[in-house]
Amino acid sequence: MKTTGRVKGIIANIVIAQADGAVGQNEICFVHCGDTKMMAEVIKVIGDDAYVQVYDSTRGLKVGDKVEFEGHMLEATLAPGLLSRNYDGLQNDLEKMDGLFINRGSITEPIDFERLWDFKPLAAAGDKVTAASWLGEVQEQWVAHKIMVPFIMTGSYTVKSVAEAGQYKVTDTIAVVTDADGNDYDITMVQKWPVKQAVRCYDEKPRPYRVMETGVRAIDTFNPLAEGGTGFIPGPFGAGKTVLQHAISKQADADVIIIVACGERANEVVEIFAEFPELVDPRTGHKLMERTIIICNTSNMPVAAREASVYTGMTIGEYYRSMGLKVLVMADSTSRWAQALREMSNRLEELPGQDAFPMDLSAIISNFYSRAGLVRLNNGSTGSVTFLGTVSPAGGNLKEPVTESTKKAARCFYALSQGRADSKRYPAIDPIDSYSKYLEYPEIREYLDGHIEKDWVDLVYEGKTIVQRGKEANDQINILGDDGVPMEYHERFWKGELIDFVILQQDAFDEIDANCPLDRQKMMYKMVIDICHRDFEFNDFEECSQFFKSLINLFRQMNYSEWNSDKFNDYKGQIEKVVNDKAVK
Amino acid sequence: MTTRAFQKIYTKIDNITKATVTLRASGVGNDELATVGGKLAQVVKIMGENVTLQVFAGTEGLQTDSEVVFHGEPPKLKVSDNLAGRFFNAYGEPLEGGEQIEGESREIGGPTVNPFKRKQPSELIATGIAGIDLNNTIVSGQKIPFFADPDQPYNAVMANVALRAKADKIILGGMGLTNDDFLYFKQVFENAGALDRIVSFVNTTENPPVERLLVPDMALTAAEYFAVDKGEKVLVLLTDMTLYADALAIVSNRMDQIPSKDSMPGSLYSDLAKIYEKAVQLPNGGSITIIAVTTLSGGDITHAIPDNTGYITEGQLFLRNDTDTGKVIVDPFRSLSRLKQLVIGKKTREDHPQVMNACVRLYADAANAKTKLENGFDLSDYDERALKFAHDYSEKLLSIDVNIDIEQMLDTAWKLFAEYFTKEEVAIKAELIEKYWKA
Repeated sequence: MKTTGRVKGIIANIVIAQADGAVGQNEICFVHCGDTKMMAEVIKVIGDDAYVQVYDSTRGLKVGDKVEFEGHMLEATLAPGLLSRNYDGLQNDLEKMDGLFINRGSITEPIDFERLWDFKPLAAAGDKVTAASWLGEVQEQWVAHKIMVPFIMTGSYTVKSVAEAGQYKVTDTIAVVTDADGNDYDITMVQKWPVKQAVRCYDEKPRPYRVMETGVRAIDTFNPLAEGGTGFIPGPFGAGKTVLQHAISKQADADVIIIVACGERANEVVEIFAEFPELVDPRTGHKLMERTIIICNTSNMPVAAREASVYTGMTIGEYYRSMGLKVLVMADSTSRWAQALREMSNRLEELPGQDAFPMDLSAIISNFYSRAGLVRLNNGSTGSVTFLGTVSPAGGNLKEPVTESTKKAARCFYALSQGRADSKRYPAIDPIDSYSKYLEYPEIREYLDGHIEKDWVDLVYEGKTIVQRGKEANDQINILGDDGVPMEYHERFWKGELIDFVILQQDAFDEIDANCPLDRQKMMYKMVIDICHRDFEFNDFEECSQFFKSLINLFRQMNYSEWNSDKFNDYKGQIEKVVNDKAVK
Repeated sequence: MTTRAFQKIYTKIDNITKATVTLRASGVGNDELATVGGKLAQVVKIMGENVTLQVFAGTEGLQTDSEVVFHGEPPKLKVSDNLAGRFFNAYGEPLEGGEQIEGESREIGGPTVNPFKRKQPSELIATGIAGIDLNNTIVSGQKIPFFADPDQPYNAVMANVALRAKADKIILGGMGLTNDDFLYFKQVFENAGALDRIVSFVNTTENPPVERLLVPDMALTAAEYFAVDKGEKVLVLLTDMTLYADALAIVSNRMDQIPSKDSMPGSLYSDLAKIYEKAVQLPNGGSITIIAVTTLSGGDITHAIPDNTGYITEGQLFLRNDTDTGKVIVDPFRSLSRLKQLVIGKKTREDHPQVMNACVRLYADAANAKTKLENGFDLSDYDERALKFAHDYSEKLLSIDVNIDIEQMLDTAWKLFAEYFTKEEVAIKAELIEKYWKA
C-alpha cells in the first residue's frame, strides 16, 4: 500500500503534505491538482508533515488535494536508446510531448519500449558476475551498448542462462543470474538508478593519466583537460562561456557527450537541436547528434527540476562509463543549479550562508564533481566521465560562493576575463589566471612526452612565462611610455602578444580555425616558441611593433588555411623568411 | 472584477501588513485572485486554513472587517484582435474609460514553449542604427535589453527601433513609466500612424508599484496571442525592468524572505527568466522579440539586476555618451548580440563578421592610445591614426542618430580602413581585402 497524503500548505513550489504513513527523505511523490499529477520530491519531514518541492507550477492547488508517495527516489531509466534524445531535467522525452507548450504534469517515456534490439550475448552460463558486469551487447547508433547486471544488485552472482543472439525488447529477460542462496533473478535490458547517488560499480578509480583533446588551443596546449578529469569555466556574461562549451561539445575526443543545459537560454539549446544533426564528427564520420544526449531545463522551466537535471546527466554519464566508454558531461551553468538550491533553502526558512546560499553548498558541489573520473572496470577495461561545468559568477566577481566552492572541487580552471572579451580576444580564457592541475601530474607529463614530444610540459611552462613577462613589460610600457623603456621590453611584450594572437586566440566561427587538432597545435606552438627564442634587432619600437604585427597577420592567415595545404605552406615559408631576415644570426 | 452571486464573502481579516493580508478561508487555490475591500489581490501562501494575499495597490485603508471575495481563478487577459490600438492598465482594463475587450480569457504567465518545438531565430531585424545592425545585429525571437543610465534617451531609441523594425504588432509594457514618457510613446506611435498595430499595458509612476508585477505577463500574453494564434511577428518593449525588479524586492521583503545580493530576492534570476524566455521563434513563422530597458545606477553592471539580466538575455546594448563626438553611441565593447552569428555574413554581406571585428579591434587600439595620451606620453604614428579612426567611427557608425542600411555601413567601414590604415594593420582575410578594399 502506497503512503498517501493531503495538501496542508502551499508556499510557491513548496507544498506541505500531511502523510498517512511512512515517507522517506528524497522520496518521489505526485501532487494531484484537478486532473493533472505533478511530480515532487520530499525535502524535509517534520512529524507527519512532508515538505515536498514540486517540479511544476502549483497554481490552483488547494488545501486537501491528494498526494501519492511512490516509495522510491528520483531515478533515471538506463537502457539502450538514450543517445540522440532530448530530455527535460526529469528525463521526460521532450520530442514526444504534444503541443507547442509544455503543459503541467507532462510525462513521457525516456526510451522506446517497443523497439527491438539485436542482442549478442557476452557472458555464458556459469560465469561469476557482479553489478555492472557485461552480459551482452546491442548496437546503439555506433556504440556497442553493453547490457549489464543492474547497478543496484549488490554481492556476487552466477549466470544461470543468457539469451541467444536475436531481437529483443528492452523489457525482455536476456539473462537469469543466481545469488549465493540459490535465488534466481531475471535481468532485462533496462534498469533504474537513483540519480543523486554515485554509481560505484567499478574496480578502482586511478588518477587520470590521459589528455582529452578538445581542439581548443588555449585548453589543449596551455591547460590540458585530463580524460576523467574535472574543469570549470567561470566568466561574466558575454565572455563566451557558451560558445566555448559548444565548441568543446562539437570537437572533444569523446564517445558520448551529455550536455546539461541547466537554467540557461532556450535558444542556445535550439542551436544544438538545429546544428548537431547536421554536423559530422571528424574522428568517426558520424553525425554529432548520434553521440549526444541533451538534458534541458532552460531558465523558464520549473526551478526544482533544474537541480535534478545535473544529476540525471551525471547518472547517464556513469552508465555509459560502465560500458568502457569515454564520456564527457558538460553542465551550463552550475550557478543556476546553486541558485535553485538557494531558492529552496530560502523557502524552507533555513539559516543562510554567504550570499543567502545554503551552508552545505560547498559540500554539494564537491560531492557532485567527485562523481567524474577515469575508472578501471571489473573486467579490466577503462571508462571515464570527464566533467566540465560553467559558472556564472554574480557581477563577474570570482570571489562569490559558487566559484570558490567549485575551485576547491575542480582540477582545471578556465577563467574567462572581461578584459579579453571586451577586446575580442576569444576564447577569453585568461592565460595567467587559468590553470590545469594535470600539468603537475607525473602521469600526464609522461603521457604528453609520449604523445606529443619529450619535455612538452616544460615547453608549455616556458610559453606561459613568455606571456606573463609580456604582460609585465606591457605594464611597464604603460607606466613609463614607449620611449621610457629599453627596446627589449617592446620585444618582450610583442613575443607575449605573438603567443596570444597565434595560439591562445582562436576563431570559433571559422570553419578551419575552430577545430585545431593536436598535431597542428604542436607544429604552430613550436614555430611560435622558436621565434620567441630568437633575438631580433630593431632601430625603434615602431619597427618592432610593425614587424610583429605583420608576423601575427601571416600567422592568422595560416590559422585560417587548411592544414598543410599549399596556402598554409606558403604562409609558413613567408614567416620563416621574415623571421630569418630580421633575426640576429 | 465583478462579484458573482454564489461566491462566499469573508469579512474577518486576521493580519494586515503593508502589502499583505491574512485570513481564514477554505477551498482557495494557489495564485488565485481575490478582491479585498475593493482592491485586487492574489493568493501567495496557504498554510492550513490561513490564506495570505498580496494586495497589489497596497493595504492602506483596509480594515479587519473589509470584504474579501475570491475569484476562483488566476489573473487573466481577454485576447482578441481588438487589443490592437488600445491602452490598458496593469490589470488589463482599458485606460481612458474605453469599452472592455471581448474575447477569449487566458491565464497570464502560462506554460513555456517546449524547447524542442522552437525554431532557430534567423530573421534579421534591421534598425538603421549601425551600433546595432553592424556590431550587434538583432534577430527575431531574440531578447535583448538596453543598459542605460537614467539620463540617457533610451525610450526614444527604443521607440525608433520599434517603428523601423517592421513588426506586425508592437506591444508596450510600461512599468513605472513617468506620465510624460507614456505620452511621448503615445505621440510617437500616433505620429508614425502606427497606433493600429500597437497594444500598451502601462503602469505609471502614479500607480502603486506592486501592480507593475502584472505588466510583463499581460504584455506577453497578448504577444503570445498574436504570435502563436495569428503567426505574426511581435515586438515587445519592456521599460523599465529595473523598476519591475524593485517591485519584486518590495514584495519579497514584505513576505520576510531572506534577501540575496543587493537586497534582491534569491529568485530574481528565475523571475526575470520567466519573462525574457517568452521570446521565441515559432514554427508557424510567428515570433516574439523582446527589447527591454534596464536602467543602471552609475553604469554599474555588477548590480544584481543588470547582472542577472545579462545572464538571461541574448546580449545587451550599452548606451554611452561619447565625449569625443558629443553623441550618444552604442558602446562597441560592452554591447553584444549573441544571436548575430546566425545572420551576419549569411543574411548580410560576407565581409560583415570580419569588418565588424576589425573595427572593434582598431577602436580598442584607439582607446589604448587615448590612455597613453592621458598619461602624458607621446603618441606613435599608429596611435594618431587610430584616434582619428575612432572619431570618425564613432560619428559615422556608432552614433544612435545614424540611419543607413547594412551595406552602407560596411562600405563606410572599408572607407575608414583605407583612410587610416594599411592592409596589414586591418588584419582581415586576404580574399576579403582584395574584394572590398577601397583604395
